[in-house]
Amino acid sequence: MTLDAASGKLPARRVDRAGVVIAAALAVLAAVLVWDASKLPATTMYGMGPEAMPIVIAIGLVILAVGNLIDALRGNLPPRESMDPKPVWLIIAGLALLIGIIGFGGGFILATSALFVTTSAAFGRRAVLADTVIALLITTLIYLAFDKLLTLSLPAGPLERLL
Amino acid sequence: MMDTFAALAHGMAVAMQPINLLYALIGVFLGTAVGVLPGIGPALTVALLLPVTYKLDPGGSLIMFAGIYYGGMYGGSTTAILINTPGESASMATALEGNKMAKAGRGGPALATSAIGSFVAGTIATIGLAFLAPWLVDFAVRFGPEDYFALMCVAFVTVSATFGDSPVRGLTSLFIGLALGLVGIDKLTGQARLAFGIPELLDGVEVTTLAVGLFAVGEALFVASRRHHAEEKLEPVRGSLWMTREDWRRSWKPWLRGTLFGFPIGALPAGGAEIPTFLSYSTERRLTKHPEEFGKGAIEGVAGPEAANNASAAGTLVPLLTLGLPTSATAAMMLAGFQQYGLNPGPLLFAERPDLVWGLIASLFIANGMLLVLNLPLVGLWVRLLAIPQPWLYAGILVFATMGTIAAKPSVVELSMLAAFGVMGFLMRRFDFPIAPVVIGLILGPIAESQLRRALAISLGDPMVLLQSPMSATLLGIALIALAAPFVLRGLGRFKANED
Repeated sequence: MTLDAASGKLPARRVDRAGVVIAAALAVLAAVLVWDASKLPATTMYGMGPEAMPIVIAIGLVILAVGNLIDALRGNLPPRESMDPKPVWLIIAGLALLIGIIGFGGGFILATSALFVTTSAAFGRRAVLADTVIALLITTLIYLAFDKLLTLSLPAGPLERLL
Repeated sequence: MMDTFAALAHGMAVAMQPINLLYALIGVFLGTAVGVLPGIGPALTVALLLPVTYKLDPGGSLIMFAGIYYGGMYGGSTTAILINTPGESASMATALEGNKMAKAGRGGPALATSAIGSFVAGTIATIGLAFLAPWLVDFAVRFGPEDYFALMCVAFVTVSATFGDSPVRGLTSLFIGLALGLVGIDKLTGQARLAFGIPELLDGVEVTTLAVGLFAVGEALFVASRRHHAEEKLEPVRGSLWMTREDWRRSWKPWLRGTLFGFPIGALPAGGAEIPTFLSYSTERRLTKHPEEFGKGAIEGVAGPEAANNASAAGTLVPLLTLGLPTSATAAMMLAGFQQYGLNPGPLLFAERPDLVWGLIASLFIANGMLLVLNLPLVGLWVRLLAIPQPWLYAGILVFATMGTIAAKPSVVELSMLAAFGVMGFLMRRFDFPIAPVVIGLILGPIAESQLRRALAISLGDPMVLLQSPMSATLLGIALIALAAPFVLRGLGRFKANED
């Protein structure tokens, strides 16, 4: 770790674009807090109303946005490893599928199976069909264990109604 | 003194009821099983298993929790020793020497010294908790709201700024957490803040949704993004599981020294177990009679830090139970566990529900003993869990993680929040922002705000109330010094600490 930090200082310092984006995002968050607080009616007689704390936190966020911006402009951010974006998008797609299936009443088993298969593919598995069967089996078992034994209510879809 | 014994005996009676013993057993078993999975630390273990306890009564659920907490810690050290991936930074020292021992065919003694050391440290520290807690409770009943607010400021600063890699990034994480804590209906006036007209947001951001998103989903995304880097290798446990006489002789002093580092530092709101584990590691390295073995698998380097890690975990329960102040991500999850039953840890809980608090403390002893018995003989089972192929392992973790949210609130909004927090956790890992301060900010922020507003309402809006109480003035001074210290001391060589 100390090696990374030492070698990170060797090349000429460049502006870290991701760091600038982070600083901007913090500033936007601060703006949202202030905008939301400005819509609250101030009713409290003594002390702080509900609008005071968002303002305080927004001020903190603005200061931190400046701090992050300085770090980014100086190229002071820790070195980052190379990354492969494809598996990340695959898992995000899996989460989107899960949300969609739950939203449209597809039930727990189908939704989590979709997430299982995409995640497994993101980690390099190519046997999609085999994984689908495994996923359906595992999630059915989880559904039975939690729905019947622990009586937690998990959303039911076409598959769950067959059980 | 006698009161403590009587209370503890009463707690033991509660914890020894067969049904509670069963809960403790399920807790340690689940905790170890989940905690042993690579990349899953105790905080995530507790977050993932929180939904399992929804339907239990508070007593049983908290006892199961204690088991999950300690089990997660034991499981984490097994992973650190057998594959060099500490699930949390507090296990980094263990991984340093323990993995080398496993590579040299001494994995058995490494696991044994870590399990027995954890038991010794956990037991001593739990005794410390039992005796320190009533004393602190007596002290804390005199706290006014301004004192609580000041105390939380200390916790905010120490958790995010003082011990992190970069105070700016630590504080950024904290303020993101604080901002998330604003979402929902304001408890004092009933006004909705940051809800944007979405009814699901009126209840605020669920701590478990945030923690599972940041830790589980974020970790899965991060590991997937860097899969092309070298994969860790699982070291098989070869040779004897048992420690030799020589191993015992070299282990017992590090266990005790580790406990002495871990418990006080954990009990102070000083954030995290990294400090005591690294203090213990460097102390053992200095005191050892076998300096040549350090870096190549010295048993002292496993025994000391593991004891320090467990003792500090018990130590963080002191501020959590007596003041309601979580100082680590795991403690924040424990607080969420209390809150799901509408219980607020603090002096009042000791007075109103002594059976619950002392039952929990007593079950810590029991969980510790169970783990010692469970862990050594069952180590083969845990090792098999470690051998699950990565694609299925992470697919399973994500299914389990989303299941918790689906069971608690099966809404598209809640699941979208989980996914968004997952992406946020991924980005935070990628850009090296600590994660624990976000969780602490979310859970402590609203409490700190209501204490401050209560203090100001009592003083009719005079902010000087914060400085008139000597307690609050002192604590605010400490917070200010702790905030300034890292900027002043920058460059004096702080060690790198990641997160819980």
